[in-house]
Amino acid sequence: MSETREARVVKVAGPVVVAEGMAGARMYDVVRVGKLSLIGEIVELNGDFASIQVYEETTGLGPGEPVIDTGEALSVELGPGLIESIYDGIQRPLDWLYKAEGEFMSRGRAIPGLNREKKWHFKPTIKNGDVVGPGDIIGEVAETTLLTHKIMVPAGISGTVQKISEGDYTVVETIAVCTAEDGTETELKLMQKCPVRNARSVRNRLAPNQILVTGQRVIDTFFPIGKGGTACVPGPFGTGKTVVQHQLAKWVDADIVVYVGCGERGNEMTDVLTEFPKLKDPRSGEPLMKRSVLIANTSNMPVAAREASVYTGITIAEYFRDMGCTVALMADSTSRWAEAMREISTRLEEMPAEEGYPAYLGARIAAFYERAGRVECIGSPQREGALSIIGAVSPPGGDLSDSVVQATLHVVKVFWSLQARLAYQRHFPAIDWLTSYSFYKEYLKNCFEDKDRGDEMDELIVKAMALLEQEAELLEIVRLVGAEALSPANRLSLETARSIREDFLHQNAFHEVDTHTSMAKQYEMLKTILHFHKQALAAIESGVETAEISKLAVREQIARAKYIPQDDIAKITQIRKTIDEQMKELQTVSS
Amino acid sequence: MLSIKEYQTVTSISGPLMMVEMVDEAKYGHIVDVELGDGSIRHGQILQVENDKVLVQVFEGTHGIDVNRSTVRFLAKPLELAVSPDILGRVFSGLGEPKDNGPAVIPDKRVDINGNPINPYARDYPNEFIQTGISTIDGLNPLVRGQKLPIFSGAGLPHDDITAQIARQATVLGGGEFAVVFAAMGITFEAAQFFIDDLQETGAIERAVMFINLANDPAIERIATPRFALTAAEYLAFDLDMHVLVILNDMTNYCEALREISAARKEVPGRRGYPGYLYTDLATIYERAGRIKGKKGSITMVPVLTMPEDDKTHPVPDLTGYITEGQIILSRSLHRKAISPPVDVLPSLSRLKDKGIGEGKTREDHADLYNQLYAAYARGKEAQELATIMGEAALSEEDKKYMLFANKFEARYVSQNYYENRSIQTTLDLGWELLSMFENAELKRIDVKLIEKYMPKFRKTNGNTSNE
Ligand SMILES: Nc1ncnc2c1ncn2[C@@H]1O[C@H](COP(=O)(O)OP(=O)(O)OP(=O)(O)O)[C@@H](O)[C@H]1O
Ligand SMILES: [Mg+2]
Repeated sequence: MSETREARVVKVAGPVVVAEGMAGARMYDVVRVGKLSLIGEIVELNGDFASIQVYEETTGLGPGEPVIDTGEALSVELGPGLIESIYDGIQRPLDWLYKAEGEFMSRGRAIPGLNREKKWHFKPTIKNGDVVGPGDIIGEVAETTLLTHKIMVPAGISGTVQKISEGDYTVVETIAVCTAEDGTETELKLMQKCPVRNARSVRNRLAPNQILVTGQRVIDTFFPIGKGGTACVPGPFGTGKTVVQHQLAKWVDADIVVYVGCGERGNEMTDVLTEFPKLKDPRSGEPLMKRSVLIANTSNMPVAAREASVYTGITIAEYFRDMGCTVALMADSTSRWAEAMREISTRLEEMPAEEGYPAYLGARIAAFYERAGRVECIGSPQREGALSIIGAVSPPGGDLSDSVVQATLHVVKVFWSLQARLAYQRHFPAIDWLTSYSFYKEYLKNCFEDKDRGDEMDELIVKAMALLEQEAELLEIVRLVGAEALSPANRLSLETARSIREDFLHQNAFHEVDTHTSMAKQYEMLKTILHFHKQALAAIESGVETAEISKLAVREQIARAKYIPQDDIAKITQIRKTIDEQMKELQTVSS
Repeated sequence: MLSIKEYQTVTSISGPLMMVEMVDEAKYGHIVDVELGDGSIRHGQILQVENDKVLVQVFEGTHGIDVNRSTVRFLAKPLELAVSPDILGRVFSGLGEPKDNGPAVIPDKRVDINGNPINPYARDYPNEFIQTGISTIDGLNPLVRGQKLPIFSGAGLPHDDITAQIARQATVLGGGEFAVVFAAMGITFEAAQFFIDDLQETGAIERAVMFINLANDPAIERIATPRFALTAAEYLAFDLDMHVLVILNDMTNYCEALREISAARKEVPGRRGYPGYLYTDLATIYERAGRIKGKKGSITMVPVLTMPEDDKTHPVPDLTGYITEGQIILSRSLHRKAISPPVDVLPSLSRLKDKGIGEGKTREDHADLYNQLYAAYARGKEAQELATIMGEAALSEEDKKYMLFANKFEARYVSQNYYENRSIQTTLDLGWELLSMFENAELKRIDVKLIEKYMPKFRKTNGNTSNE
């Protein structure tokens, strides 16, 4: 901790403070500002002056108050205790703040990210005398029923390990000593600190080759995201960005979920906090909270900490990836993060580019999404990890030409386009099937153990999409010349497209069964709808009226197939038999 | 204690802003008194301090202030509201000063009107249904205690009638009345008086606190008004355990005042000249609604805003919608059709409904019912539109049926008298009755068991409408 001489505040303009006497300080150093000791970070240096973004409300701060440089970069604490935590944008545990300070946030309180008292049982996986380097796993802590936390050697440290032993430790107690070749000794602890602004290193970056299954039909089937992939969800207010993010946080087949509530609503975080402990991971039956880390810097909390929250989240996510985990990070909403950048930039009187955003907006967004990926982790044993990023974007007026949307679309590989029109009809998720896209479609078939079934799924998807595209064209015709002009086959296409939309794409997040659908069930559902189409087409060709087909009782069964529990999916196969029977009846009646 | 320092060093005045120099000990966000040559007092707040230069926004405006004869006193504190249980029944100005000729409030404490953000961990999820007696709200977009649900209106639309109706009728099932905190920002005397008279008639005025800034009151003052109101609301809710309903009318005027300051500061303008921080600023107001763990009271907020040119994408409604937990949108075309309240059902939304309704709260069929009503009405609306383009004859039989449904739905469900207080049971039953024109098989969004349980009653009373 180096104390700079006589550093003083000279200017206060909202969240940005200028201090003099700062020569010698470094960019991105954390500083304590004023009598209240507010936490801030240096974002601009100019001779003796430093501009500081302050992570707390600056009311009551004035010129002449002291500034102290901590000499440390903005960092997070990484180690056992992260899981089930809820942090603000600079990793202060909100539950501790609540206990210490009450219901409302107060200022100037620096609370460490990890509990200092709690003891964890550490089991070494190496022995004294072993030589280790950065990223090497030296032992384990069973943190939750869903996570065995691997303890890794921090960056920049290597040497021979001594004094390592099994036992109960707090995160700051020494679990081993590492002696470098030059004789310097470093104490290893359960916890390491890591600056947030730069990506953690990896050995190799690999292309995604698997789907992150989300249980959301429109996503998995039509616009899947890869393990290690990137996706964005732009849409006007109230179209379902947050519900999509929450659904993913709940049902995604990842080991770890990091959820960053960035400049959004307080109640949405409360919702996660109250729901997740009650919901069970479908794979393990354990509460979902046991794999989740939450970062909540809501819209009314200071904007500078909002800017930081995204980095805090991604650094924690990378740390778990480095253990060899599959990690999914949701950021809701990246627009609020961009706005925080804009506000700081304006106060720094930087030259604005489009819509007042700083010229580096695109670069920052790209750098953030670049931190996603499937990787070969550094250190031994050899392992792979994957980190997927799903960012919500909230463009003004829902206008996709917005700078943040455009900068995001440049880098992400999946685009889920939410439409107000669909949301108004309560067609949820309101993901537009015609304009959304995914670059990971080819990996979908790998989800199926049976290769033929995977191939068949691909075919079903192509057929279903063709029907949806045809529907759009046909509706255009109806608008021009009326429904009468359509051929019976075309009318059937419209019916089937409606069925795909209402019976498959539409998915109620709040329905106990419908909230998530396994890949196997998605396959059964889609197959059944298209089976009906095929049989109906044959019936029409043999002279049956479309109106008769629409009246078939089995259509209601198709519509309700989404509510059939996972354990009963054989019932969906059964529906296809019923379709055959009812079609046959029709044909005998009509001939 | 800091002594209050006085300066006569005003160097420049521009719009609502004033620069004072050679000041020491000025703090960001603190307030000042400005004494004019004629002895009158204005109030201001510090927007920026740089060395000894202080930028002050003057709430009452700067007209008549001169550089030479004004004295500025630095009060070394933020804007505060004096609170005690005696604020109930009182009327204050937009700057928190008594306006009803009543005595000054003897404070239990003085509270910074900016408040502090609620720790997200301390929040309790809103889940208690509020019955407003208005079907389009209770049935389709239920309001719950602790929610912020704005009304998006337009010039000449009856938002005043709706807010008055909500204030008059809002109850929680099993009893419990609301204290009302009303903040008027730049609305007409008539509109404000209408609301006050209404509270007076029902006697609710005893449990109400008003902060009134009218159209002819200083515009910059409006920046403080909602904050005074919310400070009073927080005190009533979290110190005195009351359930508080806050009505903020009209937020568009608030945003315009903010824009004026921003322009005077020559900040880079965002969309339509509003400052880039409008979202964050509005959030510091709207997010003060809510419930807190271990506290009995709650703050439910109904902000009202008028959309310029009825445009939802205008920054004020747009950014509001991004923060609030839904919105009730009024429609000019329904208003023209004389349907009142003219709630535009499809784009309206309550995001917190799901945990506030259902068995033990409203009724088990509530969720399925509104899903089905929405789906059917959306389809009916499409048919209505198609019919305006192509003529009704071009519609398929199906479409005609849905159009008929949409028309009935607007006439019976949406439309109701401003003094008609429908119980939630009445509203739900009305939904079933309207849906009874469809076959069971068409009601895909409703659980079969619920259809079997509820529908027969309505099919009977409706004879054979189900077969066209
Ligand atoms: N899959 C779904 N199933 C059922 N309801 C949904 C679904 N998705 C969205 N909704 C409904 O839409 C509402 C709005 O969704 P959400 O809060 O996710 O919007 P948003 O896009 O995040 O809005 P904002 O930008 O204002 O935060 C929800 O409260 C819910 O009622
Ligand atoms: Mg959202």
